[in-house]
Amino acid sequence: MNSIVADNLTKKFGSFTSVDSVSFSVKQGEIFGFLGANGAGKSTTIKMLCGLLEPTSGDAAVGGYSIKKEADKVKTVIGYMSQRFSLYNDLTVGENINFFGGVYGLYGNSLKERREWILDIANLRGKENTLTGSLPGGVKQRLALGTAVIHRPEIVFLDEPTSGVDPVSRRSFWELIHSLSEEGTTVFVTTHYLEEAEFCSNIILIDAGRLIAEGNSKFLKSNYITNKIFEIRSPGLIELLDSAKKLPFVEDVSIFGNSIHLMVTSEIEEADDLKNRLESITGIKLTGIEVIPPSLEDVFIHLLEGKK
Amino acid sequence: MRTILEIIKKEFAQFKRDPKMFGVILVAPVMQLIFLGFAATLDVKVIKTYILDNDHSDRSAELVREFSSSQYFRIDGYVSDYDELTKVMDGGNALIAFVIPSGFEKDIESGKTAELQAIINGSDGNTSSIASGYAASIISSYSNKIMLNKLELRGVKQLPAGRITADTRVWYNPMLLSRYFMVPGIVGLLLTVITLILTSLAIVKEKEIGTLEQIIVTPIKPYQIIAGKLIPFVIMGFISVVIVITAMRVIFGIEVRGSLIFLFISAFFYIFTTLGLGLLISTITKNQQQAMMVAMFGVMMPMVFLSGFNFQVENMPEAFRYISDFISLKYFLNIIRGVILKGSGFTDHIHDFIMIIVLGTLILAISILRFNKRLE
Repeated sequence: MNSIVADNLTKKFGSFTSVDSVSFSVKQGEIFGFLGANGAGKSTTIKMLCGLLEPTSGDAAVGGYSIKKEADKVKTVIGYMSQRFSLYNDLTVGENINFFGGVYGLYGNSLKERREWILDIANLRGKENTLTGSLPGGVKQRLALGTAVIHRPEIVFLDEPTSGVDPVSRRSFWELIHSLSEEGTTVFVTTHYLEEAEFCSNIILIDAGRLIAEGNSKFLKSNYITNKIFEIRSPGLIELLDSAKKLPFVEDVSIFGNSIHLMVTSEIEEADDLKNRLESITGIKLTGIEVIPPSLEDVFIHLLEGKK
Repeated sequence: MRTILEIIKKEFAQFKRDPKMFGVILVAPVMQLIFLGFAATLDVKVIKTYILDNDHSDRSAELVREFSSSQYFRIDGYVSDYDELTKVMDGGNALIAFVIPSGFEKDIESGKTAELQAIINGSDGNTSSIASGYAASIISSYSNKIMLNKLELRGVKQLPAGRITADTRVWYNPMLLSRYFMVPGIVGLLLTVITLILTSLAIVKEKEIGTLEQIIVTPIKPYQIIAGKLIPFVIMGFISVVIVITAMRVIFGIEVRGSLIFLFISAFFYIFTTLGLGLLISTITKNQQQAMMVAMFGVMMPMVFLSGFNFQVENMPEAFRYISDFISLKYFLNIIRGVILKGSGFTDHIHDFIMIIVLGTLILAISILRFNKRLE
């Protein structure tokens, strides 16, 4: 069963097309990753799906309701956590929970039960009277997520929930996302971190408002990358990078820490072959070379570079 | 209803944490009252006067005494020539200077018209015209006195013609204090500040920090957001009106002579206008600074100047008088001043009352429609 079905969703701001005929579907209970560079149209798409923006053309069904005609009903089945922290910093933890619970029509025991749950997942038990603004970033994010799903929505939209959060908090945040998904909540998440995208059961990639790839991580790696990728180490890494870019048998090359990843055309199969060619052409000595399985980052760099 | 209450509860929880809010609601009204009540006075009490006496006669000395014994003119000094006089005027030390020419006494005694020059610093038009009026009246009564004396000396017991005197009674403000005019107006000013500026700031703030978006994705209806955001400011506005009316009585002894209930009902309809304008400002501005600027300079200042708060609408050019017809503060000030100073009531202010309701409803309706559209 599909939780979200987007059908040629388009949003124009004047003459600028932010989202261009994007179609996809999200199954119930899955973690759906929505990737793209800054300004690619991720937030605009999420805002349309949440009923914050009206699509210029196209439509989407969210929880079975049309975002165009039944925006009011859409709002009852979704939770939304925006890119910016949007709880009240000048209210206490308890006041924030009670306010949003109240706005969703929760009160009495059902509100109490959800409040306890949020305090548990955010590790804020006993800190109900703490001002929200004084909490550390990671805790704030968990509190915001808890508040976004206070009314147990079928679908929750998370717009870059972990940006600016330390790696440990990010890890525990994703555990929380998994547990929501296991309980049957559909999680629609945008992220910058490609290692986070590996946690998603399905991914779409958009660029300049257009959908350019979709599928699960395994499919993306095998479908979009057919040629070999080599990881190369060398003392002259930067010079090597610059020279390699111009070579005919190099598809794309990018730097990864203290090595470079180099995708070759199909004519090269062996590491030794590539090593010899590179050393003889550039005169730079390689200290290590090996074939590696592509990461999602390789896939996306390939796709985005390929477009240019 | 429950949802609206949740928002109101939240607003008050936020007020509680914002000490600035208490300043604005509690301290600012009383401060404004004191400043405007004591300092913003149009009354002329002391007129700094210099004398250039070229006659050095009994008559000239007598005339100076006439001035100095009046309660307004304070003789700050004498000068001996025009150069010195110019210096005194240029230095701003004199508001008025009298030049008594030589031959002043001789002219009076010989029955000619004696001339006297009064030089007035006209840079503050209002004060100088008041000073010149006082001077003219002192000079004319002195001149009358001389004439009566002369007639008496000649044995005339009865004046050849009857004279006219006006027996003046000043109603509502017998001491003619401008405070009586300014202070009640502050009630209108404050209600405007709180409901207009604070409302627009409160809404724009939520837009700026993103919480408005978080509220809009909930199933809440736009009218619930509007009511929830506006009602707390209505309450705050009324609290500060009560504070001002109390302070007005304690500090200045100005009591409300008319019906407080009519005053409050008018205030209730008046804030439709200010809440509406506040809401409107929040839809056209992006952040709190912008909202503040637009509210202060784009809305508040023209509204206050054209309302008759400090300048009489009747004295404005025709075009401005027409504009002021659309300013509900004008009608509200009429009601406030009427009720507080004159004890007038609904029947005296039917026109003002209707205009407040019409303008308020119109502006609020337009703003709500625009706000709704923005949310969708």
